[in-house]
Amino acid sequence: MNILVIAEHDNNELKSSTLNTITAAHKLSADIDVLVAGSELAEVSKQAAAIENIKSVISVDDPIYKNFLAEDFGNLVASMGDQYSYILAPATTFGKNFLPRVAAKLDVQQISDIISIESEDTFKRPIYAGSCIATVKSSDPIKVISVRTTAFDAANVTDAEVSIESKDSQNSMGNATFVKDELAESDRPELTAAEIIVSGGRALGSSENFQIIESLADKLGAAVGASRAAVDAGYVPNDYQVGQTGKIVAPSLYIAVGISGAIQHLAGMKDSKVIVAINKDEDAPIFQVADYGLVGDLFEAIPELTDSI
Amino acid sequence: MKILVPVKRVVDYNVKVRPLPDQSDVDLNNVKMSVNPFCEIAVEEAVRLKEKGVATEIIVVTVGQSDSQEQLRACLALGADRAILVETQSLLEPLAIAKCLVNVVHNENPDLIILGKQAIDGDNNQTGQMLASLLDYPQATFASELEIADNQAIVTREIDGGLQTIKVNLPAVVTTDLRLNEPRYASLPNIMQAKKKTLDIMNVEDMSVDINNRLQTLSVVLPEERQAGVMVESVTELVDKLKNEAKVLS
Repeated sequence: MNILVIAEHDNNELKSSTLNTITAAHKLSADIDVLVAGSELAEVSKQAAAIENIKSVISVDDPIYKNFLAEDFGNLVASMGDQYSYILAPATTFGKNFLPRVAAKLDVQQISDIISIESEDTFKRPIYAGSCIATVKSSDPIKVISVRTTAFDAANVTDAEVSIESKDSQNSMGNATFVKDELAESDRPELTAAEIIVSGGRALGSSENFQIIESLADKLGAAVGASRAAVDAGYVPNDYQVGQTGKIVAPSLYIAVGISGAIQHLAGMKDSKVIVAINKDEDAPIFQVADYGLVGDLFEAIPELTDSI
Repeated sequence: MKILVPVKRVVDYNVKVRPLPDQSDVDLNNVKMSVNPFCEIAVEEAVRLKEKGVATEIIVVTVGQSDSQEQLRACLALGADRAILVETQSLLEPLAIAKCLVNVVHNENPDLIILGKQAIDGDNNQTGQMLASLLDYPQATFASELEIADNQAIVTREIDGGLQTIKVNLPAVVTTDLRLNEPRYASLPNIMQAKKKTLDIMNVEDMSVDINNRLQTLSVVLPEERQAGVMVESVTELVDKLKNEAKVLS
């Protein structure tokens, strides 16, 4: 029962989602290979080789994989599929993009977004935006799985390094071209990896007003999130969105400010350790999941909170 | 240019879904069904391309039971030209649906296939990518902007760190994210007119596709509820609780 874990990285740095995925993999088997595919990978491969509980790193270094375009990336993973019992990738936009291509090529039904491993063929996954949890059993010979990263701890990184083996690339399909990335530049921690998140909702009223959320976040060393309503209203960019269709987060402390608590939002943050809700509507559903609720005007409460910590 | 838009009939997004008492599945008795919201965005995008003169024909297709005709009519009322129901009594998984869609693509030869990025029932986020893979077409998932030029689709994609722009050669598969557009409401005359548009029915059994499910649902339950918390009276009390009770602030 061997496992291939697909590493997420940016050709410089391994993403923490890879570490969560390896923890999930290790619950199935200790026989884990990590595929690092991309361009100029010496440093990333070394980082991967230092992860605890893996057997080896397979590095495929070719400019055609630099931007992880799903066509070539999926074909590469699919070409290795018959040597493994499991193929796991994080359920991030990286994994969601190419993994179903792999499953289709291998003629298996992918199991998306698992939150627990019950046995070698049985997994739990949220459905209907997390309103229900399904337990599903797979009859496919190769199990292609995307892993909800917040449901599994990060694997440890050690001083020891496993072997790094190079593998040849496949021919490029040449039917897709990367144009550009516009990635948010920020000194704040990444949403999915942050210990503390301060999120704002529609009640903020404007992007200028959102600055009080940012000031509180900076005081706490926190990441800034937002509800879909705040993103749709244009207060903040789309990559701030926490929720079913945005990012799934589970920090130690989640502070929801002026967020009513639509199910789509709760689906993205209800596994946070401690939830604080600040809202002027005492009937807002967010209070039903909050550990600490404060009913009040956020434009008074947030500056006061920022000053008192 | 011909556009194929595969859509899905799902529980309306306003319905709070609960498991059946025997936990075998979710309870879908007497709940409102709708076009999956991401699929509506896909139809809207196709209609806008037709209004701009880029597209000439829009075909909506669904793989499902007979009652899915209701959702196909809704898409016709939004501006699709004709519809195809690939009829089956079974609830198919994404891989089987993608295989049925391959058959439809081979019949229709569309230049562009636009789908929702996921259906809000199973939340799988697979069908578009699987269809592209089976056809060996390029794909642009999670689209927030779409432009057609020089036989290519130029697509801005919503990715975890921000936005990415790629170009894919046509024919291609594009899956829609929330911000691609805001779907229109069907007008009454368009709803009436949609009743006269062509809706062809194919039978999944005639497609020689392996539709056997690979996943067995053992149970469907409610998630663990969070314990109800406490209300605090002031910011001072909140900070005190966070520091001394929850110990998440130092």
